[in-house]
Amino acid sequence: MSRDSLVPPPLRQIPWKMLALVCAIAGFGLVVLYSAAGGSMTPWAQSQGTRFLAFLLLAILLSRVGEEGVKQVAIPAYVILLGMLVAVELFGFVRGGSRRWLDLGIIRLQPSELMKVAIVLAVARFYDLLPASAIRSWTAIWIPAVMIGLPAILVMAQPDLGTAIMICLGGVTVAFLAGIPLRLFVGAALALAAALPLALSMMHGYQRDRVEIFLNPESDPLGTGYHIIQSKIAIGSGGVFGKGFLGGTQSHLDYLPERHTDFVFATMAEEWGLAGGIAIIGAYLLVLRWGMGVAGRARSRFSRLTAAGLTTTIFFYVAINLSMVMGLAPVVGIPLPLVSFGGSAMMTVLICLGLLMAIDRSARRN
Amino acid sequence: MKFGRTTRIVTEQLQAFSFQRRAFVLGAAQAGFGGLLATRMGWLAIAQNERYSTLAENNRVQMTLVPPRRGWIIDRAGKPIAINRTVFRVDIIPDQLRNSATTLASLQQLLALTAEDLDRIREDLGKARGYQPVAVADNIPYERFAAVSVRQSSLPGVAPSSGYGRFYPAGPAVAHLVGYVGPASAADYDRTRDPLLITPGFKIGKEGLERTMEPWLRGKPGAKRSEVTARGKIVRELTTRPEVVGNALQLTIDAGLQSYAARRLGIESASAVVIDTHTGGILAMASMPAYDPNGFSDGISHREWDMMSSNDHLPLTNKVMQGLYPPGSTVKPMVSLALLEAGVDPNQTVVCTGRYRLGNSYFHCHRHSGHGSVDMARAIAASCDIYFYTMARVVGIDRIAATARMLGMGEEFVLPMPSQRYGTVPDTDWKLRKYKQRWTTADTLNSTIGQGYMLANPLQLAVMASRIASGTSLAPRLIVNKRYPEQGGALDVDPRNLEIVRAGMAGVVNGPWGTGGQARLNLSTGEQLAGKTGTAQVRRISMAMRRAGMTGTDGMPWKYREHGLFIGFAPVVDPRYAVSVVVEHGLHGTAGAVVARDLITYLYDPKRALDRLRTLEEGWGGTIEQRMAADAWRWDHRNDPPVPVVKPASPLPVVPSPPVNDGDDAQDDER
Repeated sequence: MSRDSLVPPPLRQIPWKMLALVCAIAGFGLVVLYSAAGGSMTPWAQSQGTRFLAFLLLAILLSRVGEEGVKQVAIPAYVILLGMLVAVELFGFVRGGSRRWLDLGIIRLQPSELMKVAIVLAVARFYDLLPASAIRSWTAIWIPAVMIGLPAILVMAQPDLGTAIMICLGGVTVAFLAGIPLRLFVGAALALAAALPLALSMMHGYQRDRVEIFLNPESDPLGTGYHIIQSKIAIGSGGVFGKGFLGGTQSHLDYLPERHTDFVFATMAEEWGLAGGIAIIGAYLLVLRWGMGVAGRARSRFSRLTAAGLTTTIFFYVAINLSMVMGLAPVVGIPLPLVSFGGSAMMTVLICLGLLMAIDRSARRN
Repeated sequence: MKFGRTTRIVTEQLQAFSFQRRAFVLGAAQAGFGGLLATRMGWLAIAQNERYSTLAENNRVQMTLVPPRRGWIIDRAGKPIAINRTVFRVDIIPDQLRNSATTLASLQQLLALTAEDLDRIREDLGKARGYQPVAVADNIPYERFAAVSVRQSSLPGVAPSSGYGRFYPAGPAVAHLVGYVGPASAADYDRTRDPLLITPGFKIGKEGLERTMEPWLRGKPGAKRSEVTARGKIVRELTTRPEVVGNALQLTIDAGLQSYAARRLGIESASAVVIDTHTGGILAMASMPAYDPNGFSDGISHREWDMMSSNDHLPLTNKVMQGLYPPGSTVKPMVSLALLEAGVDPNQTVVCTGRYRLGNSYFHCHRHSGHGSVDMARAIAASCDIYFYTMARVVGIDRIAATARMLGMGEEFVLPMPSQRYGTVPDTDWKLRKYKQRWTTADTLNSTIGQGYMLANPLQLAVMASRIASGTSLAPRLIVNKRYPEQGGALDVDPRNLEIVRAGMAGVVNGPWGTGGQARLNLSTGEQLAGKTGTAQVRRISMAMRRAGMTGTDGMPWKYREHGLFIGFAPVVDPRYAVSVVVEHGLHGTAGAVVARDLITYLYDPKRALDRLRTLEEGWGGTIEQRMAADAWRWDHRNDPPVPVVKPASPLPVVPSPPVNDGDDAQDDER
């Protein structure tokens, strides 16, 4: 009590333990990026570190925004981003075969990335506005379905399967937590299974390849299956304690593709082994537990749904990426947040954490 | 607007409770999935660790085979016949090649590649996969190698390297003996899938001893392990396993004599064999003309092939084992032995009138005026056909054929050579089997003088001479090997009969009536040569031709002229060396006899023999190499308009420019 009183209230409200975990994950990521560059701060570790500090500051500033403020921007943000997604389709520029970016002069924005957050807020806001008695009505189903479907289809058209899946999962998670009947999920799962062959036929060539390669990576060892095979070799050859810092051969000799972005976990696992992997997975689980804790503490329906939804969004990032590098899922371009080189996923995750801190602060103040 | 089967009133509290429950499930699912990921990772990193470690190691480490050096081939005294020397080569690694057009253009300039080379390289590049190198140039001079090496950084995918290449100091002189080496063919590789076979710079034996003794000579490849990136760039060298050099192969050959024999055969299409009658070891085995085995290791160019295969002197054929000739009168010592064993008295005489009547036709002696009264010694020395017609008719072909086989005719010897054509020793059974015809007396008469169906290769002739000389059934050998069984025992003949035959052969060269007088050695040390000449008809001389006064074939085109053969041994007393020489279309046995004389002279007095050779070579237009270069020059300019003035610098043409390729005259009915 006496010590707490020495610290000014704004600082006291910050969840330092969680932030320490996040910093630890990001710091470990920098170490891995340093090694991936062959023992050099450039070109990755230095800019990644700077970027992390900037987004961390953004997250802390975001935590100062009140719950009410978040509630107010939820729908407008969603609408604006939806408009931007349409604009991407019309004016966006193409990089690496897909149209994802919008050039705003000073920054190149990827609206689909922010949509992952906005969809959670918007759907949460919808269920917040919906009277409790209407939760079992059609309105509780079709409006969120449209809200989720529109951006998902636009993102799919870019084409960016990974992000589209993330948007769907984020929205559906909120709907699930809002209390719509369970049998709908069971039914939807069955329908999805039935529609899978149809979806497969509508996929782009490279997407279908990825699914096929996932099912049998050895069928194309030098083509697309190469990613998964080399990633598994990197993880498997790392063993329990890894080959040591800067000792990875898969990454340093270029056998592992995308070693600093999507497959950064394999780069890490090769040098730090199972121990490093368990540490990262464990750290993430602790962050997620904190997030779910925030959801449990939250007072309002909106903040509960938002907190749990954002936490799950972080979970999906980690889960999909790790499944991919370990050969449990097809290669969809989802980076490992905080560790993979690149700003988009880091920004999204730190915005999620900032909003979670804001909700946490509101909950504690009440 | 209501949904669901039961219309339950959902309150805020109920909703909050439902949220708590579902959030708990979600949290548990997250933790569970985290556990699943950790388990999966554990599976990969612990259970599958060994497998993936191996795969990572396979990625990281590239094994390059280092072709082993071939074992040397040395002569009986240890003098080198085939050795290895450092050679430089340039390859292309297809995967690392960036701009094939510009790279090839600079290589063409640096290495002076011909359009033919470039076509081949492009063809190979089209077929090549991945890191399997494509040969650009082999055996290049150091200056060119260095020129490519210093520009290596601007020529990605080009790999200059140095290694060992085969070198035959005696060149064409040993071509048909040792053969040559060359890159393994696709068929070789498909058979064994040995990666060594497609390693650049690795050569396998393609012909001769290099081919038959391949496993002995090859050795074991070394391995160079290097750490490579995914793009094939070598990061650093790891441990290297040294190669195991192939075994040395010691031959019974006398390198000096071998070279001498090849040179002494001169511009003829000829072959010569010298055998040590104590051991059966082949001292020399030359067949000329020959190719240069040093020039063949890069593969035979179209130009070389066209030139060689259109040459009627057959430089690609080892005549010692693959040339079959009617042995002519060289069989007469053998026939004499058969007669003696059958009980013919050597002092019994036959009167030779120059012709022998059989039914309605006449068989002629080579001396048309006849030899008068001849006994066996004189019959051998003067090569009287009528004596042998008369006596053989009494004894019969089957006894003669048996003796011929005992002395090595028709025999395939156990020698490490790719193929032998072993000819024919005809007898009654053979003719019945082969032609379904009865043996006739005419057949006997023809066979007796080594014509008709009788065919032998020069090696068999030399073995026949060595068996007569030694009185043993020795087998020819090419490789010095202590594990060889002892040479064959004494021939199953009366030694006194062999003495008579040997004395007759001595008379051929040294006696008053001898047909081989030109082969006298006249050595200061006194050793003498014994032998037998043979003149084998390639084409029958018809009665019409005889009436026109043509008794020989001197005036006929080269390919119809008679072969000149000679077999012999030296010294006359206690023989040590046996020899056979066959000069295709050499007109008379004397052509072979003088060569045999010089070969034996070389063994006793090399200086004298070499002096004689130098004089001869001046007349032939230079050494083997000089003449081959002149031939090649002429071949390349065969379509040029005639040059009015012959440049004094260019060697004079000696061999008539190759006309039609009419190949081997000798019939070959066995194989």
